[in-house]
Amino acid sequence: MDNNFKETVRVKADNINFFYGSKKALNGINMNIYANKVTALIGPSGCGKSTFLRLINRMNDLVSSSRVEGQLLLDNKNIFDKDIDVVELRRRVGMVFQKPNPFPKSIYENMAYGLEIKGIKDKKYVDEKVFESLKKAALWDEIKDRLNDSALRLSGGQQQRLCIARCLVVEPEVILFDEPCASLDPISTRKIEELIIELKQFYTIVIVTHNMQQAARVSDYTAFMYLGDLIEFGQTEKLFTVPKDKRTEEYLTGKFG
Amino acid sequence: MKISEKIYKNVFMVVAFSSLIFLTGIVLVLFIEGLPAFSVTGILSFIFGKSWYPTSTPPEFGIMPLISASFVVSVGAMLFAIPVGIGSALYIHEIAGEKQKMFLKPIIELLGAIPSIIFGFFGMVIVAPLVQKVFNLSTGQCAFTGALILGVMAIPVVCSIAEDALSVVPKSFREASFALGANRWQTLLKVIIPAAGSGISTAIVLGISRVMGETMTVLLVTGGAAQIPNSIFSPVRPMTSTIAAEMGEAAVGGVHFHALFAIGLVLFMITLVLNMIAEYIGRKYRVKLGLDV
Amino acid sequence: MMIKAVNAQKLGFAALFACIIIALLVLGSLIYFIFSNGISSFSWTFFTDIPRKSMTAGGVGPAIIGTIYLVLGSIIVSVPLGVITAIYLCEYSPKNVIVNIIRLSVNNLAGVPSVVFGLFGLAVFVKLFNFHVSILSGSLTLGILILPGIISASYEAIIAVPQSLREASYALGATQIQTIGRIVLPSALPGILTGIILGVGRAAGETAPILFTAATFYARSYPSSIMSDTMALPYHIYVLMTEGTKPEIQKMIAYGCALILLILVLAVSAIAIYLRQRQRRTYG
Ligand SMILES: Nc1ncnc2c1ncn2[C@@H]1O[C@H](COP(=O)(O)OP(=O)(O)OP(=O)(O)O)[C@@H](O)[C@H]1O
Ligand SMILES: [Mg+2]
Repeated sequence: MDNNFKETVRVKADNINFFYGSKKALNGINMNIYANKVTALIGPSGCGKSTFLRLINRMNDLVSSSRVEGQLLLDNKNIFDKDIDVVELRRRVGMVFQKPNPFPKSIYENMAYGLEIKGIKDKKYVDEKVFESLKKAALWDEIKDRLNDSALRLSGGQQQRLCIARCLVVEPEVILFDEPCASLDPISTRKIEELIIELKQFYTIVIVTHNMQQAARVSDYTAFMYLGDLIEFGQTEKLFTVPKDKRTEEYLTGKFG
Repeated sequence: MKISEKIYKNVFMVVAFSSLIFLTGIVLVLFIEGLPAFSVTGILSFIFGKSWYPTSTPPEFGIMPLISASFVVSVGAMLFAIPVGIGSALYIHEIAGEKQKMFLKPIIELLGAIPSIIFGFFGMVIVAPLVQKVFNLSTGQCAFTGALILGVMAIPVVCSIAEDALSVVPKSFREASFALGANRWQTLLKVIIPAAGSGISTAIVLGISRVMGETMTVLLVTGGAAQIPNSIFSPVRPMTSTIAAEMGEAAVGGVHFHALFAIGLVLFMITLVLNMIAEYIGRKYRVKLGLDV
Repeated sequence: MMIKAVNAQKLGFAALFACIIIALLVLGSLIYFIFSNGISSFSWTFFTDIPRKSMTAGGVGPAIIGTIYLVLGSIIVSVPLGVITAIYLCEYSPKNVIVNIIRLSVNNLAGVPSVVFGLFGLAVFVKLFNFHVSILSGSLTLGILILPGIISASYEAIIAVPQSLREASYALGATQIQTIGRIVLPSALPGILTGIILGVGRAAGETAPILFTAATFYARSYPSSIMSDTMALPYHIYVLMTEGTKPEIQKMIAYGCALILLILVLAVSAIAIYLRQRQRRTYG
C-alpha cells in the first residue's frame, strides 16, 4: 500500500456496514478502489464479496429490508445521499453478472438497450456506439453478420462478452464483474481476462473471483474478505507473495476450512 | 425515486386494489339489496321457512326448499365427482406415462372449459330423457340428473387441484416406501395419498363450492319445483336457479326483488366460507410439506 | 402375501383407469351429440341472418355478434386491471399485509358464484350507474368475473421472468418502469396471453352474469351501440329451450348454437393450453 499516493481514488468505502434484515453481511469496510486499475475481491463463499460489489451500483436497493450504514464515495460524492439519482449512478457504474444474462432479444437490441432507455433515437449514433462497443469487447468479428439473431443463440462465452459489450455502450466509468467466468470454459475465460486487462485503460474495474490465478493474472490490487470483514488489502503482487495476515495466507494456499 | 416512478407505483397500487373493491362492492350490494327482505319476513323465517311462494297472495319467502335443493344436488354431485376426479388425478399422476399425461391433462382441462349452459343443454336433451326412461319417472328433470351433470362438471376442478396436491409430495417419500419393499399401489395408498391428504380435501371443498354456485345447469335440468326434496328423483329448485329464473319477473324494489338478493347473500356466504376453509387447509398443507405459502 | 399385493395393485390400477375412462367418455359423448345434431343447422344464413318467425327460422347472427362484443368488452375491462394488479404484486409490493389482502381478495373473488356477479352487475351497472341492460353493463360484469383468472395467469407469467434479466436492465441504467415495460412484460407476454385466451373462453360461455345485465331474448337487428341490449349465444340456447311454442324446431337451433359455442370455447382453450405447454418447454 506504499505507493498509493500515485493513484487516483475513484471509489472510497468509508466504514460500511450492511444488513440483510437483521443479518449483518458487511462489517465496517474501509477500502479504496483506484482509477484505471483492476481490483479483485477474493474470499470464501458467503463472505460478502457480491454484497460489497452490488453496493457500488446500489443493486442491493432491489433487496427489500436491506440496510446500509457508512459512506461510499464515488469521485468524492456519497452515493447513498438522498439527492443521488440511482439511474444515473448505474449508468456510471456498469455491471457484468456471474451468469450471462442477455435479454431474449436480438444481439443488436441487447446492445442498443442502454441507449434506447436513455431516449436516444438517432439511429446513426446508436449504430456507431453499438459497433464501437462490440469491437472494444472483441466480439465484432465473430458476430458482425448476425446482429439480428437472438442473443440466446450465442455460446456462453460469447453471451458473456456480449454482456460486457452491452455495458460498454452506456459509457460507464466503473465496471463491476461478479465472477464473470464462473460458468465458462477455459478458452472463453482466457478471452474475458484478456478483455478485462485491455479495458482497464479506459475504465476502473472491480472483479469478484474464486479463481486465485485469475485474480493474480488480471488484478493490480486485491482485497481478501472473510465473514463480512475486509482482512487484507494491497497490491496483488505483494498480497499474493507476502500476505500479512495469517488467514490470507491460509486461504491463498488452500488450507482454509 | 423520480416523481414519475412514484406516480406509477401509486397508480398501480390503486389498480391492484380493484379486486378488493369489487369484492367489497359485491358484499355491500348483497347486504343493501338483500336486507330489506329480512325486515319484511324476519331472518329466521326467511332462512328456515318451508315455503317459497313469492308471487301468491300473500307471498311466502321461506328459502329452506332452495337451500336443501342446493345441498342435495351438490352433495350428490360430489359423490360422483370425488371418486372419479381423484381417481383420474391418481391415474394421471401415478400410472400414466409422459405421453399419456401430455394428452390426458389437456383433455381434463378442456372438459373444465366447457360452459355450464352447454352441460345444462346436454343434460336437458340427452341425459334427462335417459334418466326418465331408466328409472321410470314422470320427468327426468330432477335432483338426480342435476347431481349427475354437476358431478361431471366438478371432475376437472377436483382432478386438477388433487393433481397439484399430488405433484408437490416430495419424491423422497415415494423412494423411501419403495426401498422398504412396498409396491406402487401400497405406496400410493399408504404414503402418497395420506401425504397429499389435506391437499386433496382442498379439492373436495373447492369442488363443492363451485358446484353450489352453478346456475345454468341446474336451471335447465333440475325441474324447478320449489319444494323440499323427498327423494333424489324429486324436481328441485336450488338457490342459483331461483335467482336466475325469477329476477326477470320480480318488480325492481319489491320484496321479491330484495328476497332474491337475500338468496344471493346466503349463497355468497356459503361459498365464501367454503373457499376460506379450502384456503386454510391448503395453507396448512403447504406448511406441513415445508413449502412457502 | 406377495400375490395378494400384486392382485390388489392390479385391481386398484384398473379402478383408476376406469375413472379416467369415465371422464373421457363424458367429454366424448357430449362432443358427439352436440356435433352430430348441431351440424345440420349450420348454413350461411344460420350464421348471418337474424332470427325469424319467433325463433323458429332464420339465423342467430345477432347472438354471435353479441357474444363477440361481450367478450371484447370484458377483455378490455379485465386485461388492464389484471395485468397491472399482477405487476404491482410481483414488482412493487414488498411482502406485507397489503399483498396478502389483495391476494385474499383475488382468491375469494374467483370463488364468487357467477349468478352473484349478475346480481352485482344489476344493482351497480344497470341500476346505480344507469347503464341499463346493455353491452356495457354486461361487459363490465363479465370483466370482473374473469379478472381473477387474468390476474393469476399474469402473476405466474411475471414471477417466472428470471430476476437476472431485471438486474441486467437496472445495471444498464433503466428505471423500474422501463424495466417492466421493455424486459419483464415482453418476457411474460406468452403467459399473459394464455390467461387472456382462457378468459375469452370463459366470458363467451358465461350466461348467468348477463341474464340481468346485457341479454335480451329476441332481437330483430344487430346491436347498434354499447348501450343497446344484445342477444348472446349461451343465453339464446337458454331461451330456445325455455320459451317459445315450437320446442322441437327450437331444440335443433339450440343444438346449432351449442355447437358454435362449443367449437369456439374448445378451440380457444386448446390454443391456450398449447401455448402454455410450448412455453413450459422453452423455460425448460
Ligand atoms: N438477499 C439476501 N438476503 C439475505 N441474506 C443474503 C442475501 N444475499 C446474500 N445474503 C447473505 O449475505 C452473506 C454474504 O453474501 P454474498 O452473496 O455477498 O457472499 P459472496 O462472498 O458473494 O459469496 P459467493 O462467493 O458464494 O458468491 C451470506 O451469508 C449470504 O447468505
Ligand atoms: Mg457472490
